[in-house]
Amino acid sequence: MDFPMFHLDWLNDRFLIAAVAILHVCINHGLAVGFIPYITWLEQKGVASAAKNQITDPEWDNLVYKKMKVAFIITTTLGAMTGVGIWFSVVLVSPASIGSLIRVFYWAWFIEWLVFCTEVILILIYFLTWKSANKSFKSKIRHIRFGWFLSVFSWITMAIIVSILGFMMDPGNWNTNHSLLNGFSNPIYIPQLLFRTPTAMLLGGVFGMTLTTIFARKEAELKQRAVKYAGQWILAWTPLVLAGAVFYWHVMPAAMKDNLSVAVGSIQFQQYYDILKYFIIGIGSLSVVLAVFAVWKPRRIGFRYVIVPCLLVFGFLGIFERVREFIRKPYVIGGYMYSNLLRKQDYPLYKRDGILKYATYTSVTEVTADNKLEAGKMVFINACSRCHTTNGINSIVEVFENIYGKGKPLEEKSMESYIPNMHNGRTFMPPYPGNQKELEALVAYIKHLQQTGEHLEGAQTEGVSINPQWDEDHVAESAEKNNEQQEKKLAHNP
Amino acid sequence: MINLLQIHTPVPKDIPLPLPLPEWLLVILLVFSFLLHIIFISLMVGGSIVTLWAEIKGLKDKRFDFFANEVAKTITVNKSIAVVLGIAPLLSIGTLYTMYFYSANALTGFAWIMIIPLVTIAFLLTYLHKYTWYTLKDSKRIHIAIMAVSVLIFLFIPLIFLTNVNLMMFPEKWGAVHGFISALLLPNVFPRYLEFMGSCVAVTGIFIVWYNGRKNYPVEEIYQQTFSRTELKKTGYSIALLGLALQIIFGVVVLFSLPAKGVSFDVIAVMAGAGFLLAVALWYTYRTLTGAPEKIDLYFKRIVTLMLVYMVFYGSSRQMYRNHALSKHQALMAARSAEFEKLSKEAADHPVQEQQQLAPDPALGSVAKGAALFQTNCSGCHRKDEKLVGPPMTEMVTIYKDNINGLEAWIKKPGKRRPDFPQMPTLTQLSDADRQELAKYILSIK
Repeated sequence: MDFPMFHLDWLNDRFLIAAVAILHVCINHGLAVGFIPYITWLEQKGVASAAKNQITDPEWDNLVYKKMKVAFIITTTLGAMTGVGIWFSVVLVSPASIGSLIRVFYWAWFIEWLVFCTEVILILIYFLTWKSANKSFKSKIRHIRFGWFLSVFSWITMAIIVSILGFMMDPGNWNTNHSLLNGFSNPIYIPQLLFRTPTAMLLGGVFGMTLTTIFARKEAELKQRAVKYAGQWILAWTPLVLAGAVFYWHVMPAAMKDNLSVAVGSIQFQQYYDILKYFIIGIGSLSVVLAVFAVWKPRRIGFRYVIVPCLLVFGFLGIFERVREFIRKPYVIGGYMYSNLLRKQDYPLYKRDGILKYATYTSVTEVTADNKLEAGKMVFINACSRCHTTNGINSIVEVFENIYGKGKPLEEKSMESYIPNMHNGRTFMPPYPGNQKELEALVAYIKHLQQTGEHLEGAQTEGVSINPQWDEDHVAESAEKNNEQQEKKLAHNP
Repeated sequence: MINLLQIHTPVPKDIPLPLPLPEWLLVILLVFSFLLHIIFISLMVGGSIVTLWAEIKGLKDKRFDFFANEVAKTITVNKSIAVVLGIAPLLSIGTLYTMYFYSANALTGFAWIMIIPLVTIAFLLTYLHKYTWYTLKDSKRIHIAIMAVSVLIFLFIPLIFLTNVNLMMFPEKWGAVHGFISALLLPNVFPRYLEFMGSCVAVTGIFIVWYNGRKNYPVEEIYQQTFSRTELKKTGYSIALLGLALQIIFGVVVLFSLPAKGVSFDVIAVMAGAGFLLAVALWYTYRTLTGAPEKIDLYFKRIVTLMLVYMVFYGSSRQMYRNHALSKHQALMAARSAEFEKLSKEAADHPVQEQQQLAPDPALGSVAKGAALFQTNCSGCHRKDEKLVGPPMTEMVTIYKDNINGLEAWIKKPGKRRPDFPQMPTLTQLSDADRQELAKYILSIK
């Protein structure tokens, strides 16, 4: 509405954010929060098992170092850049919501930034001083202690970020109470943290075992020992993952019922929720099987056996994030802004006058018989394009065909009666914002999309059409008029 | 005709929330956090350019191969700090100039998002380069090529950023922009870019002087007597001299090619003052290079101070320019936003449609409330006697004729019975009383 609309018409805009964010969470949990304590634990094992005249077992230490090197390289490249990438992609897809959030939570993010800076510097120190710390027993012990310190610090970073994510899902409070503490007092905060912590550890262990099978494939004895430890690590954390997941799974619907008007009963949500349930059971048992096998027959474990569980465990986290994201709908900022980036409080105005009149970027302001299709396209861009594409992922044609039948020509009258009411049945959908004429135009455009398979380019290639009503000169004129009126008023009643 | 061809200047509504801090404090945070970020970015970009140059030179002169290796080791550390330091200015510019910066980002969207994968690739290449220094020592060409690709990416990324911070200042151009390339070609992007490249090289040169001057840095051990500490420092100063010269030349071009919109005497004065500081730094650098070797450290502190003060001056002049360029537009935006808020409030106080929908039609008698509820909650999918999304009402009547409780129970917890129909969603917004009214209405249909 007030920003040029970036739009990916095949991939879907939300998919861009989701892909970047999920990749980031996987790296953060699996290669930092859960991995660093695992590595420190192994580094300590090396010192404990060293011969009398040695500081540490050099072969073992080198293996652990190599594993840390992989995590270090990935976290400081892909990990760091996907972290920034969440900002970049959200700014493109959802500028009005992130623009609002940073005005309220500037300090929360500023603190997060300080914590981040510290964490990056600590990781740099931990990894880059590894080799030089091996020179004396004292410095090695100091290095290990530093590893534990870093582990705690990474966990704190995660705990803060989970809270920052929490405030965005604490909808009732957005309009009344703008404080970071809301995040911590959110009813799903503790369950979420209790679930994320052991899950990160599990991910770290599985990833570590995978790396062991690569780096130590030629050294049977070394591999056997490392695989066994990884098995023990996974076995220790898996019960906590299950407990945390079950806790979270039970708390979420109740918390959401109180908090959001949303979709606990909606079909899509139920589906995601069910997938999550099977994933919890599946991943739990898979981890136990892998870990027991690793402890019992470490020699048999090779890359082939570990890579699939490894990918599945990371996939599990992805599904979890998807579910977590879904419960926010139909809002992007609970109770305040819908996921189409329109404020709830502006709906009466849009319903009365139409949204195109107030859109800054549109080629049509008044729907007529001649511009109906173009008008429909403008309504689609301004009200639907944040989540729907024309013919790509989550395509608008497809969602209607799911309702009315695959390949059947869409019936305009039915859609016109369905759309204004859809939010009652599909509670994850925001209500339709525009007026009747715009509705007819939108329906005609959707039908046109079904017939032609046409695509829709975003502002990044097409540029923007500017609503002449909100042109600089026009706004200046009307502002002047308002001023004059006000002055007159003042002159009349001094 | 002229009116049709005219490109409008959009005045969007602003985010209707107050700034989290006083504006002046946000400006200070923006300028200083940006300076910190840009110092490390300069070391990353300049460092990789110097590494590439030195490694190529090292093919013939082994000393420079050692030198390249030493500089290369600093890039991966500086880049990590550069990225994380970038978050604060990104946050601050987004808060201060939300409508301008985010609009520019969207208009150059593909290039903007490509920053993420491109920088990731460049970072991975710098690691690859660093960790294959010895394994690829017999395939130097490949090893140099790795650095060359990463330098190319590093050279490209600042163009995307500069295009964005430039485009954000000219809303009058937004209607004419079609993607990144057209925004890149707007005036003043390239001069600023070249000036920035000069600055990257200059900052890196001075960093090299400092790096090689550290007491616990074992120059003799690393360079095996091929380079002395003084010679290394001289190399650093030479690099800085070149960078400073480029920076001054292109700085003058920037000054003369500034679009008139944001220029004022104070902007010119501060920018020229900044340029003067650079010229003094250049002169001291030149004196150091032509002076006696034992006096190599004499002007170091002065040069560093001059460059830092220059950065504060230049950053401030940029901020002043941005402020001048946008202040008129910002005032209009505030006027439009205020007007909209008023309209929105009026409309919210006197809503039109919603009430009509729920108002029961008295002609329907005892089922009037149910009919109204049906209209809002069910009519999207159910009609009287034709199949829409769900089955027609007449069919419901056949099934639940003498079983009103059964119908209520179904509405409360719908299931899926028919393979060719989608499952009905649960309508959580309905109360038990609502469901009763609904069922009564549905069963009254004949």
